[in-house]
Amino acid sequence: MANGSGSAVASARAPARDPAWRGRVAWLVAGCVLLWPMFVLTEFRPWQMLDSRSLRVTARFLAGFMPPALGLEFLKQVAVETWRTVAIATAGISLALLLAVPLALLATAALSVSSLAGRMAAGPFVVRQAARALMVALRTVPELVWALVFVRVVGLGPTSGVLAIALTYGGMLGKVFAEILESCDAHPTRTLLANGSGRLQAFFYSLLPQAAPELTSYAIYRWECAIRSSVVLGFVGAGGLGQLMDGSLRMLRASEVSTILLVFIGLVALADGMSAWLRRSLR
Amino acid sequence: MSRDHAGGATHPLPSGMAGARARAGWVVLAALALVVASFWSLDLQWGALWSRDAAHAMGRFVAEFFPPDTSPAFVHKVVLATGETLAMSALGTLLAAVFGLLLALPAARSHAHPLWRVPTRVLLNALRAIPELVWASLLLIAAGLGPMAGTLALALHTTGVLGRLFVEAIENTPPGPAFALRVQGTRPAQVLLYATLPQVAPQLLSYALYRWENNIRAASILGVVGAGGLGQMLSYHLGLFQMGRTATVLLAMLALVLAVDAASYFARRAMTR
Repeated sequence: MANGSGSAVASARAPARDPAWRGRVAWLVAGCVLLWPMFVLTEFRPWQMLDSRSLRVTARFLAGFMPPALGLEFLKQVAVETWRTVAIATAGISLALLLAVPLALLATAALSVSSLAGRMAAGPFVVRQAARALMVALRTVPELVWALVFVRVVGLGPTSGVLAIALTYGGMLGKVFAEILESCDAHPTRTLLANGSGRLQAFFYSLLPQAAPELTSYAIYRWECAIRSSVVLGFVGAGGLGQLMDGSLRMLRASEVSTILLVFIGLVALADGMSAWLRRSLR
Repeated sequence: MSRDHAGGATHPLPSGMAGARARAGWVVLAALALVVASFWSLDLQWGALWSRDAAHAMGRFVAEFFPPDTSPAFVHKVVLATGETLAMSALGTLLAAVFGLLLALPAARSHAHPLWRVPTRVLLNALRAIPELVWASLLLIAAGLGPMAGTLALALHTTGVLGRLFVEAIENTPPGPAFALRVQGTRPAQVLLYATLPQVAPQLLSYALYRWENNIRAASILGVVGAGGLGQMLSYHLGLFQMGRTATVLLAMLALVLAVDAASYFARRAMTR
């Protein structure tokens, strides 16, 4: 193909077929064989949706989307629930920060005094690994599962949503905070610690000034994620837009669903824009 | 922001209420106000959570999880549901990769007519803005209870996410090879197949794998609204207060998530080495 003497000659010599076709066809067949059990397991039969009865229900529901519900009473309710969604996310993130900052400080090896002399001592090592394990446990359980469990304990309402976000996001924030602190330049911290400053002093005067923008930026990004997930939490009864939507869906009130979806998309876009603006101005 | 003047000869003092420092202060104040307003307006039931009664209820609740139900028949069901979860995530991601690519081609600046670009971009953004769980509960109406609704929900949301990533990947490919084919008079479809796609394929694959990892996690909870997999078992047994069985399902869920985390960690390490 690397032929300088013109395209006519090149095309005369080029094989008529894709030279790699055997391999490609073999992969395609292997893929189809692998795919078959998945279609069976997921009961993937899209043609069922095209059956006339199911189509009629779907069509009626979709037709209800236009126009969106704009009754004053309903809009007022949507506004209240929108605020609650934001409030659940914000309260959840603040509690998560309360959980994450101490855990991150406990877990980061950059603040270890004993490792100045070489290896970290056994006691601190165990404490650090325990803090790490706790954070892994917190963030491995999805927030929706936490919410389901808390709804059982404290009942329906925003409390379980706030707690669910606080626990899962506490684990996530703590882990990432510890990683950010450990990726800082270790030299100033070690110098401070070696000269007898406390761990907190070393944190405030060496790690925090280096890492503050990144820490803040990540916390803001997680706040944005929390808004998205607090809507989802509503579906298990943790308050906010999700709960309202769940109710409307059960009643098959399509116009209300359409309003809530529009508000939700707007809210996410707003949070997205705000978080992007804040993080840009941190840089 | 505050370093704008660092290179200049003069160093004007920050101007009162609009300087960078003051603006940071306003932002912090606004954030504090938001936090206070959130806690104040939410009527959180801390009392119910920290009271002695609640502690007892919580203790009893946790104690009921033990022992997890490990009868072979139930474990078999949980394993099946785990397989269903994995299949949902894999199929959903695959469908999303296919449709994401089909939508990304007209949405990318380098290929199609601008008439196609705007509507496909709007469609991708709308698909992406709605979370999987909301898609699943919407799809229950059309697809009925079961894993198909979950698979389609994953596919729809992921199509939006992957489509957008694919658009960026396609727009950022070096234009040289495609140009070389085009000046030789190759047809557009062949330019796509033999220049653009081979260039972006590794990136597309890595995006798709990354979303698959996310989707396994998402698929395990999608069932809470009735869309199949482990989540459906979880909400079913929790609803019937069968705590031992709930515990087994929860353990399976955690094992799945941890396994995925470990697999992706080792795969990443093997690939970057």
